[in-house]
Amino acid sequence: MSNLDKYKKAFADTFEAEEEQLANLEYQSIPKWDSVGHMALIAALEEAFDIMMDTDDIIDFSSFEKGKEILKKYDVAI
Amino acid sequence: MTYDEILKISPFSLNKSEKEGILTERLKELTERHIDACPQYASMMRAVGFKPESIDSYYDIPFLPVSLFKELDLVSVPKNDIFKCVTSSGTTAQAVSKIYLDRATAGNQQKTLVKIVSDFTGSARMPMLIIDTPSVIKDRAMFSARGAGILGFSIFGLDKTYALGDDMQIDIPAVEAFVERHRGEKVLLFGFTFMVWQHFYKELLMNENKFDLSNGMLIHGGGWKKLVSESVSREEFKRRLTDACGLSDIFDYYGMAEQTGCIYMECEQGHLHASIFSDVVTRRHIDFSPCDIGEPGIIQVVSMLPESYPGHSLLTEDWGVILGEDDCPCGRKGRYFKVSGRLKNAEIRGCSDTYAVGF
Repeated sequence: MSNLDKYKKAFADTFEAEEEQLANLEYQSIPKWDSVGHMALIAALEEAFDIMMDTDDIIDFSSFEKGKEILKKYDVAI
Repeated sequence: MTYDEILKISPFSLNKSEKEGILTERLKELTERHIDACPQYASMMRAVGFKPESIDSYYDIPFLPVSLFKELDLVSVPKNDIFKCVTSSGTTAQAVSKIYLDRATAGNQQKTLVKIVSDFTGSARMPMLIIDTPSVIKDRAMFSARGAGILGFSIFGLDKTYALGDDMQIDIPAVEAFVERHRGEKVLLFGFTFMVWQHFYKELLMNENKFDLSNGMLIHGGGWKKLVSESVSREEFKRRLTDACGLSDIFDYYGMAEQTGCIYMECEQGHLHASIFSDVVTRRHIDFSPCDIGEPGIIQVVSMLPESYPGHSLLTEDWGVILGEDDCPCGRKGRYFKVSGRLKNAEIRGCSDTYAVGF
């Protein structure tokens, strides 16, 4: 599976979202991406890419797009 | 200075005069904002003849009794901007405080909590054992203060594991497996004081196998009221936990749902510390004038965070003593204090009535 596929799968599984919704997802834009969902998403991404994110990055992880940028810091190119 | 700029300052690095300047400026802004945006708040301020332009210090800003959030829905943002409501039961189970949050306030709560707690835990996240049941965060639109606390702290956690089941019974296999997975690693335990005592400590005593949590750090909060009735002191709480599972890094914190984010962490000396983002003032019950250091009084809390509701200056229902300022042996600047207990209901109703007269 490519990194992009893994990345999408983490979002899709956590939020039970459809593929076409993903690109526009933002924190709090759907009921499932609330603060509980946020921590679940972070856990899913950390597991998928075997990384550990800093607290500041968890807070800044505000959208599907922004998350790609943040993961670059952890040598995950999407 | 914007709040984002303030967040960049190390949370316990400013002395009295530096802190007072920043805090006064921000709290004055918040007071003006709430007067403009929250009609009930504006009429309370009118009733006491308060004008924000007249203040020299944040001491001069009136305080609302914390119980007012049980009686009124106080909001300073349009309804559409509210995305979360946190509830707190306070002392009695009948009335609930309702705190309405917009995104900016909720975001700042989380960022502030991270700044304060990292000063004690370090910035690395740790495997986390939550001494509670997962069912406290089931209703996601309407959080209890307990759920909000757990969520706020979970940002520090990895491999988050709940120690209690839905029936509040300790989940021995889950705890055992957690301890096994993280043997030799630093782990974080988080829970509310009474839950830790009643549902974790007491159950551990009955369990035949002893867990080794000597590599753990426990952060707990939420009040001592029930433990006081069982005559368990802070020292005894710590000692007994150390005996039961080897835990020795144990930190209490003081805070309330009405000012989520700005918590007061206990340092290695056993003192609760105010960060630069908030402060405590103790007041004499006779005339509400500020107490001296060492003199017990009613605790007032001020916080830079509340933008979506007028909760930036509150009179709590707790007694406490300021022990000192800028000179705690732990090296942290700012005030340090201890909480002595709850006020009696009758007394606080007095304050609340006094303030409610205005509208």
